[in-house]
Amino acid sequence: MAENLLEVVNVGKRFGGFVALDGIELAVAKGERVGLIGPNGSGKSTLVNCLCGTLANETGTVKFDGRDMNRLNAHQRTRLGMARSFQLPRPFTSMTLMDNVRIPLLYTVQARSGILHSSGDLDTRCIELLRLVGLEQKARQWPRDLTQVEMRKLELARAVAAEPKLLIADEAMAGLSHSEIEDILALLGRLNEQGITVILIEHIMRAVMSFSQRLVVLVSGKKIADGRPDEVIRDPEVERAYLGQ
Amino acid sequence: MHSSVFLVIATAVGAVIYALAHWLANDYLFFAGYTVLQFIVLATAWNILGGYTGYVNFGSAAFFALGAYTSVFFHKAYPLPIPVLILIGGTIAGLVGLGTGYLTLRLRGAFFAIATLALAVVLQTLIVNWDFVGGSRGAYIIRPREIAVIGNYIQYLFLIMLALCVIAITVARAIERSRLGYGFATIRDDELAAEASGVPTLKLKLIATALSGAFMGMAGAPFPYYIGYLEPSSAFGLQYAVNSIAMPMIGGTTSWIGPLIGAILLGTLQQVATVTVSSAVNLLIVGVLLVAFVIIAPKGIVGLVEDSWRRKK
Repeated sequence: MAENLLEVVNVGKRFGGFVALDGIELAVAKGERVGLIGPNGSGKSTLVNCLCGTLANETGTVKFDGRDMNRLNAHQRTRLGMARSFQLPRPFTSMTLMDNVRIPLLYTVQARSGILHSSGDLDTRCIELLRLVGLEQKARQWPRDLTQVEMRKLELARAVAAEPKLLIADEAMAGLSHSEIEDILALLGRLNEQGITVILIEHIMRAVMSFSQRLVVLVSGKKIADGRPDEVIRDPEVERAYLGQ
Repeated sequence: MHSSVFLVIATAVGAVIYALAHWLANDYLFFAGYTVLQFIVLATAWNILGGYTGYVNFGSAAFFALGAYTSVFFHKAYPLPIPVLILIGGTIAGLVGLGTGYLTLRLRGAFFAIATLALAVVLQTLIVNWDFVGGSRGAYIIRPREIAVIGNYIQYLFLIMLALCVIAITVARAIERSRLGYGFATIRDDELAAEASGVPTLKLKLIATALSGAFMGMAGAPFPYYIGYLEPSSAFGLQYAVNSIAMPMIGGTTSWIGPLIGAILLGTLQQVATVTVSSAVNLLIVGVLLVAFVIIAPKGIVGLVEDSWRRKK
């Protein structure tokens, strides 16, 4: 059995009286493709925020690559290899696309390795990253010039630029057309083949089902199912809570 | 252009300005020029925090006054040359900036701005109640009429402020083109995305508050020698807080040249208004221009020029 990259043990989070996460347990193996689904307000994004350090979990622990992450800031977690894309794209609007992907190279890859790359090397790497998502032609343009799908691709390119061990893609396909979804899925598949573990949070069932090796379902801050996608979607509790049948 | 080349060019420009002022041989030119230069340093310093990282500081006067009162303290306790006072004033203001940053940088937007304003009020209250530096009565600083080599003391102060300008602008430009500058810009654009990209936002914000505070303190250190009589209401004057914000906003906050343009424009305009109308009209000019620019050109003069270039392309 593959070694676990991520271990989430009894993670809980409240917002005032509202329980957003209630004793979440999750283990993700190295190289695995995990789909995380749940209706709106089920706690998916809160869980991502707790994993990435944007929010502090009140109970439980998050272990990544054998390290306890509870006391680490978001940027420290990114440097250790946990990268995310945001549900709503959050580009650096004052920077060109090149510079958007340059930031993780400067602040994560260089900080991790301690090696300072020349400006030319960084430019080459930025172009490579943008080529990976098909945006190399727009390298010197600004995020305001991008379409919605391009913006999501930029989000992924920036997350990948951090050279992560784990990539958490938070609704990277929302609002996209069929062919655009296929593009993103192909990209995530390629990244996974390169050894990056992927957690895909998504509402588009077709995409999650085709991509994931394992499916985890959250409802009202609780994990109600965790297993093979074909088994999970037949789970009566999942059908009732998520698929509305 | 490498920063060292830029420093050489900026120094050469500074030397030409000094030579020109010397050639014109008008003391008032040095006196008025000092004020404009002082505002260039203040605006550049404000922009390191406010422009590059997007954290609006309303407490510029507090840092400026810290530098000024450091000079008053040493003038009374242990007189030192002005360049040394600038270093000490800058260090103290920088440390206060660091401390303020640590306490307040978890605040955003208006809350951070209010906290910096409160700092100015707290510091002014402390100074008003500190007799050794003159308290509410103020303190007289009798400056020498002449100084060796340069001669006239006001020319010496002008030269010092000119050098400080060259240093502040060179540092601001170097930051802008460095890894640090990229980090600052990510904070201004989106702090959450910055952290997710590995940017240590709190550390960078502390660097920005310390640097910004230090340059403001440096700008204030020679001030008691310039004005001759320092009282809390002049050191903590509204004009420093307002001008420090208005000058970069009017010039443009995203690059080093914006505060320079804004400070030259507004500083000169205020000096002309002081001579031709009254010094009381200064803040009115700043206010009207600030409102006009915020409405018509929110990205300042630099933004206006950049946009028109982009349209031509």
